[in-house]
Amino acid sequence: MAAAWPICLGYFPVGLALGVLANQAGLPWWAVALMSILVFAGSAQFICVVLLASGATIWSIVTTTLVVNLRHALMSSALAIYLQKTNRWFLTFFAYGITDESFALNMARFCSGDWDRWRALVVNQLANAVWIFSTVLGTLVGQFIPKGAFGIDYALPGMFICLLVFQLQSRFFILTGILAAFISILWYLLIPGDSYIIGASISAATLSFLIKRYVRRKQ
Amino acid sequence: MNFSGYLLLFLLMGLVTFVPRWLPLLYLSHKHLPQWLTDWLSFIPVAILSSLLAPILLADTTTRSLNITKPELLIALSTLLFALKTKSLGGTVFVGMILHWLLGIFF
Repeated sequence: MAAAWPICLGYFPVGLALGVLANQAGLPWWAVALMSILVFAGSAQFICVVLLASGATIWSIVTTTLVVNLRHALMSSALAIYLQKTNRWFLTFFAYGITDESFALNMARFCSGDWDRWRALVVNQLANAVWIFSTVLGTLVGQFIPKGAFGIDYALPGMFICLLVFQLQSRFFILTGILAAFISILWYLLIPGDSYIIGASISAATLSFLIKRYVRRKQ
Repeated sequence: MNFSGYLLLFLLMGLVTFVPRWLPLLYLSHKHLPQWLTDWLSFIPVAILSSLLAPILLADTTTRSLNITKPELLIALSTLLFALKTKSLGGTVFVGMILHWLLGIFF
């Protein structure tokens, strides 16, 4: 359980912020609870609130959600390596909780070897519980909390940085990280929307894969 | 919007969120993965983390323009060094938060 605390700490302010925004956009607390339970995807929920406030149609909100969350297909594929031959009901339940944060944390733990699927599921579910709680709380009391208190905004970036360090196991991974950062920032500046995450990840992974193959062949 | 309107919207959003998280896992975990795919997928976690972080650290997210003087970048370099030295997730998150908080107070 202790493993999940960086995620929970990170979700708390983000969830509160979402709750406050949703409340300002006219969503009642029960609608926010319903959304956090049924969708459980931070960035898509933020976009949904903004789109609802601007009077967008259901279809444009659903399409945007699909595009924004397609990146999880990549994470789900990477997790499949560690969940070989697992019961389909377990996978179905587990898939619900795959977010950027739970993916990064579980992947790092699986890589280091001291991890199993039940612990991974606990991380997913704890993160989900904190998310539901904090978003609903945000609609009720969020406006009383000062912005940026205790540096809590930095919990998620801080966690990403550390998990990135855990993953750097050979020079090829360092190369992947540098390539991804470079492509991501360029993509982010040039192309609107959220495609930079999926675009830069696939490009950087493919480039590193080809470079590794080339280097191995030369040896 | 009334209850059924919200329910319909969130059910559809939930569906398009769940399917990309679910299908690859269900399909790939019951298949023997070829070596090249395992190799390629091993690069995905680093690539995703780095892609997520780069704009947070190097760009102004409101105007979507390059900004390499953000305090977040300075804190990130310190937290990166701390993470490399200690390999402690909790410690790194804690140090990052304290630095971010202090920098917010003094600057």
